[in-house]
Parts: sequence; structure tokens; C-alpha cells
Amino acid sequence: MGEKLRTYEEINEKIRQGKAVVVTAEEVIDLVEEKGVEKVAQEVDVVTTGTFGVMCSSGAFFNIGHTKPRMKVSEAYLNGVMAYSGLAAVDFYIGAAQVAQDDPLNKIHPGEFKYGGGHVIQDLVAGKDVLLEAYGYGTDCYPRRKLVTWINLADLNEAYLFNPRNAYQNYNVAVNLSSKTLYTYMGVLLPKLGNANYSSAGQLSPLLNDPFYRVIGVGTRIFLGGGVGYVAWQGTQHNPGVERNERGIPKDGAGTLAVIGDLKGMNANWLWGVSMRGYGCSMAVGLGVPIPILDEETLYYCAVKDEDILAPVIDYSDAYPNGTGEILGYASYAQLRQGKIKIEGKEVPAASLSSYSRAREIALTLKDWIQKGDFTLTQPVLPLPGKDAGARFHNLPERPVNNGRVGR
Amino acid sequence: MNSSQKVVLRFPPELVERPLVCELALQFGLHFNIMRASISPHREGLMVIEIIGEKKKQEEGLQFLQENGLEVESLSQDIKMVEERCIHCGSCVGVCPTEALYVEKPSYLVKYDETQCIACEMCVLACPTHAMEALL
Repeated sequence: MGEKLRTYEEINEKIRQGKAVVVTAEEVIDLVEEKGVEKVAQEVDVVTTGTFGVMCSSGAFFNIGHTKPRMKVSEAYLNGVMAYSGLAAVDFYIGAAQVAQDDPLNKIHPGEFKYGGGHVIQDLVAGKDVLLEAYGYGTDCYPRRKLVTWINLADLNEAYLFNPRNAYQNYNVAVNLSSKTLYTYMGVLLPKLGNANYSSAGQLSPLLNDPFYRVIGVGTRIFLGGGVGYVAWQGTQHNPGVERNERGIPKDGAGTLAVIGDLKGMNANWLWGVSMRGYGCSMAVGLGVPIPILDEETLYYCAVKDEDILAPVIDYSDAYPNGTGEILGYASYAQLRQGKIKIEGKEVPAASLSSYSRAREIALTLKDWIQKGDFTLTQPVLPLPGKDAGARFHNLPERPVNNGRVGR
Repeated sequence: MNSSQKVVLRFPPELVERPLVCELALQFGLHFNIMRASISPHREGLMVIEIIGEKKKQEEGLQFLQENGLEVESLSQDIKMVEERCIHCGSCVGVCPTEALYVEKPSYLVKYDETQCIACEMCVLACPTHAMEALL
């Protein structure tokens, strides 16, 4: 299994010549069933993956350019949504989950959360003018105190997406054991096991096709928001040490990616502002990673099927909010995609929060880019922490605070 | 031959207290199933019903209601899927009690069958992109 079949340089040379053999993570499953891992690994150079789902830990940095007179912005709003401006004079960061300043939130439950940071990013990428309202406290070098203007993505000096946590490797299936409807980041959960919501592209999902991060690492070039991006780091909450099945597939949320990419090259169809009723705003992000078939083992992992991937079923009325760790059982993505799973003897309708059809479209688009010679692969400059790296996501160890002093 | 249709009835304030819908059964021999009914603070009434019976009798019954001052419209005009806003995630599918919203295979696109809709509006609550609209 360990024998090298090809290098990044060899794959890129074939891409430039228009000769690379590229298949999606879905197509490779049938190929492997028909011909076996050994033969397919000889034939296929790249397998493309994709995912399109709500990813709250997303946002964008930008620089609007200096005003005359100059201004050090200390407070900024884009279409009424606060952007973080604790950076240099006219640099900002807007987070996808930031809610509009005048939003009534959950005062009348469940709140609608109609417009937030994700919507601002989508509007910018769509080429729409966005209203900037900014305030400064005035300094000798930056005297201006107020600015109200329209801005447009095309006029910004820099604008790049920087998402601290995307592409979760596996995720919970959310259910509700209580007797009232819950409004969560996992969607509307009907009482007494009325429905089950899940959120992973399963067999198409990037990190489920490279479970041990053998090829995806810092510097990997990817499809991001309809444009080109890069893996910048492991994502927040990257948790490679969770329990895995015999194929190495984590049985829980595990690895994550922090990603970066030029917003100006992206497409509003793949960065979509969303409103989760009773919860808040966010953004659905389209992300796809190409996997170079360097050896048979890489291909073996790419042939993972929905039936091989198990997700934990969690009660969002108690186990999740209170962090009890209780798992009601496991469901495979094959069962979930059938639209019904069995929990505690009850048949429960299952629905996805991430779009499988769009995940497929991303994998196909990336395949097309590579086949046309428009997209070459990059070798990671640093691997992501693996299962034995000792990196472990943990809860906050709270410490009591007495009279302003930290106690022990 | 019996068939059914789902309609939305709007009652102006002066008609809220008149027993009109029962005439569908008494005068026209129709069956009906009330899926939803409410009276707003200004005392306008709204009712979503499924009418079952002979096509001709259904037409006569609805005409009777209209002649008596009710607004009648087809339910399918009132719960809409705005295609260009749908990202085909499926959030609506699990909360839809009648499978009017479903995932078509093998395309995995979310589809909406208006004839199955009972206007519970759960999809409107669940849709993260405001692709499901209720005009009720």
C-alpha cells in the first residue's frame, strides 16, 4: 500500500497538459467497487471533494482605503451589521454570525435574525453597494470622526475571506427529546423525536476522504466560495483524537480547517447569508478540496461510502446545551440520506442542513477546473495535527473569581 | 367523481359571526376538513380548508361563499417556494408533515409538491434562506 504512485509535480504536469484523470469522491466509489483499489489508484490522479453547509466560524477581512482627512475607525457598521475594527485605521473584520445592530434578537422568540454578517458578505460578493457607517475618536494623525458612505467590493483595496473553522470532519445528528419545539443552530427540532437534523456531506466531505490528514495540510489550494482559497491552519476546535472506526473515520466531530481566499474572485452563489430561526445569523459556505492520489492508501480513504460513516445522535434539549456527553446512538449517512432513522425504537424523519446536491456540484466544478488546466495542486507546507499529536479539544476550565482576584 | 382541493377563505369583519362554511355540507353535500382557522385582532377571519366532493358541487359551493362576501383563493398561491433563494439544504424536509417538501433522488434537489401542502408554515420557520414564503 505504501508505494508512491506519483508526485505533486507529476500530477501538475499532467494537469498542465490536460491529461490528468480526475474523478469526484462520489464517482470514485463505483470505480473502486468495479475495479478495486489497486487498479483505480493506478488510473486516477486526483479525487475532488465538496461540501456546502452553514459554517458560523466564517468572515472576511478588508481594507477600505484612507479618507481625507484620515480616520482611525474605532466602530464600524456595514448595512447596520457591526464589523470589528480593533485593527489598523481602516482595516475591518466582519463575522458571518454577527447580527444587525437593531435586530430584536430573541425578544420575541423565536427571533427571525433576518440580516447579519453572512448576508453582508454575500451582498458584497454579489457586487451590491453596502452602506458603511464608521466612527473614530479623533487623533492628531487621524482627525476624522465620522464617515457614512457606500462601498463596493470592487473599490476595496483588499477583501479576503478568512474562516477560522470550516469543513468539520463529521458532525452531530441533532434531535429533541423534550416536549417543546427547539430553535437551534441545527435548525428547528420538533418535540419528542419529531425530526433529526444532520450536517455533513458524508462521502463527499473533504476531511472524511482524508481521515488522517495525510494530504490535506497548511497551504493546500482549495475551492472556496466559488473562487480559489487555501488551507491556512487547522480550524478552531480541531480535535483529531476522537474515537474512530476501523476505516479511520471519526465517530464524532473531529478535524476542522481554517481557510483563506480572495473575496474578489468568489461568487455569491457559494457564500450564502442564512438566518437560523431563534438562533442567529450565519453563512453557508461552499468548499472543496482536491486530493492527489499519491499512493494506494490515499485512494483507499477516498473510496469511503456513506454507510462507512457514523454520526452521533445527540439530544439538543439537554445533552448538548448542558454538555453531558450523552449519545443516544449512531446513524450512518446512508441511513440518514434515506430520510428516516431509528432512535429509541422510533422512526424519525431525518433531514440535512448541508446541501448534498451543491456539495456534488462543487466536487464536479473542481474536477472541471483541474481537467481544464485552470487549477493545479499545492503540496502542504505543514501537516495538520494528527490523531496522535496530542491536540485535544476541551471545555473551558472555569475558575472562581473573588473580589476581582482569581482564586484557586 | 369525487376530488378535493385546498382553498384559503378570508372573512371580512361583518361575516365573522355568520355560519357560512357549514353550508358547503348542508346545501352542496360536500365534505370539508378545516386545516387552519384564525380571527385577527381586527376580526378578519382566515380559514384554510380542504373541500372533498363532486367537482361541480365544489364550484357551486365556492361560488356561494364568494357571493356571500368571502374571498376565496387556492392554497397553492399562498405557500410558495422562491426557487432562486433555495440552496437545497433540506432543512424544511424534516419538519414538513405531509412530505410536500422532499428530496428528489438521485439529484438531491429539494422539491415542493403544492398539492400536498397543508399550510402549517413549519417550512417558513425552518428555511434558513427565506426561500419558503407564506402569504396567508
